[in-house]
Amino acid sequence: MIEFKISKKLQSASGTMILDLDFQVKENDFVTLYGASGSGKTTTLQILSGLMNPDEGFVKVKDSFWLDTNTKINLPPQKRKIGYVFQDYALFPNMSVRENLLFALEKGQDKTIIDELLQTMELVSLQHQKPNHLSGGQQQRVALARALVRQPDILLLDEPLSAIDTEMRLKLQDYLLEVHRKYNLTTILVSHDISEIYKLSDQVIVIENGTITKQGTPSEVFSSHSNSGKFQFIGEILKIEKENFIYIVSVLIGSNIVKVIAMEEEIKTLRTGEKIVVSSKAFNPILSKLK
Amino acid sequence: MIDFEPIFLTLQLAFTTTVILLIVGLPLAYWLTYSKTKSKVIIEAIVSLPLVLPPSVLGFYLLIAFSPENAFGKFLDNYFDIRLVFTFTGLVISSVLYSLPFMVQPAQSGFKSISKNLIDASYTLGKSKWQTIFHVLLPNMKTALLTGIVLSFAHTIGEFGVVLMVGGSIPNETKVVSIAVFDEVTAMNYHNANVYSAILLIFSFVVLLAIYSINHRFSKISPLP
Repeated sequence: MIEFKISKKLQSASGTMILDLDFQVKENDFVTLYGASGSGKTTTLQILSGLMNPDEGFVKVKDSFWLDTNTKINLPPQKRKIGYVFQDYALFPNMSVRENLLFALEKGQDKTIIDELLQTMELVSLQHQKPNHLSGGQQQRVALARALVRQPDILLLDEPLSAIDTEMRLKLQDYLLEVHRKYNLTTILVSHDISEIYKLSDQVIVIENGTITKQGTPSEVFSSHSNSGKFQFIGEILKIEKENFIYIVSVLIGSNIVKVIAMEEEIKTLRTGEKIVVSSKAFNPILSKLK
Repeated sequence: MIDFEPIFLTLQLAFTTTVILLIVGLPLAYWLTYSKTKSKVIIEAIVSLPLVLPPSVLGFYLLIAFSPENAFGKFLDNYFDIRLVFTFTGLVISSVLYSLPFMVQPAQSGFKSISKNLIDASYTLGKSKWQTIFHVLLPNMKTALLTGIVLSFAHTIGEFGVVLMVGGSIPNETKVVSIAVFDEVTAMNYHNANVYSAILLIFSFVVLLAIYSINHRFSKISPLP
């Protein structure tokens, strides 16, 4: 269980902003911080990991204080049991993949974890390469493996998938879910991508201008319409075409393109590139096995 | 017959100075890069003074400071029995001050070139400041380190004004090649002056050439992301 209650004055491009957050995360939950850039998500991860100090507040993990400005407790990042995956991966360019993982080992720690992680992340064949020779998705896997070497309780992910193409992204999401379960992690992810959030997270915390505006399960947070659809997906509008009296909207759901018919009324509020919910409740979907 | 002692003395001076500069200059550059104290600009300005001051000015003040007639020189003389005027030790200290910016500035830009995330990543992996410096920072700024070493070494070899003021021209003690060339010319021994000059020229060129080609290879292998 993580209890997090802090406030900090931040200088941003648009002036001063007060980051004022209060939330709890249950053990083994997968939580996503969602919000526009500059709203304070990365700062939250940095305060949790001890890389930045708040002006006031506390961070309590499993009944022990990592930070408390009242009693002046402040554990350095080295002493907090966290794994941190940075947005730019922050792999050490002077070390090979294996060396990056070995560097993270603690004194006297069993080395078998290295081979186990290399195998889980399918990095065995790349282990002697330098990070600069790897693709974005491969670097991402190395960063994730490295963050897990110390067997942390908490995994922090700062938009780890934002620079990766869709297909690789879907695969990496599976890796994330796999390690989250396998190592009993409490995971906190920063993400913009609603479909990703649906797939991965138990809880979403929406941060706007430094404060929490919404919190709940992904469907509680994102499908605000009082739509009790039995059957709904999040997608992105690729194209809106007019055909006689109706419109045909092409929507990207996962890696599939779906065409949906819409009326002029509905089109008025929609634009290409927007995220939408595609739902239906008038019929019963039939499940049949793929052959 | 030409005396080769000045050549060895020059190399000895340049080598000693460079080693001391690595020990002194790197921590100083680290502090200048990461310290949040506002007063660091004063130190930064002082370190860079030798870049703009005529060497004779620096040499003059060092001569005054080192002189046993004055407080600092007297203190060293009385308590440690050390003389810095017209001695090799005095020359090394002067050279360290004179070449300080040539080590500190490249090292500083080397530290700055390393993304803060790399340092943060090392901390979150449980590594101390020292482990981070030796395993993450220094290995990823080899080019900057090499530049600092080469510039300090070369600059010390090319020193003249400061050496002349602080060291004079005592054979086997302070008579380095640049001084020897000057002495030979004033004595109209153009042949000897030419030999000294040519040796210095070729040596400097070869050292620079070797190190820059190594540098090129480094920057090809590990460009920072």
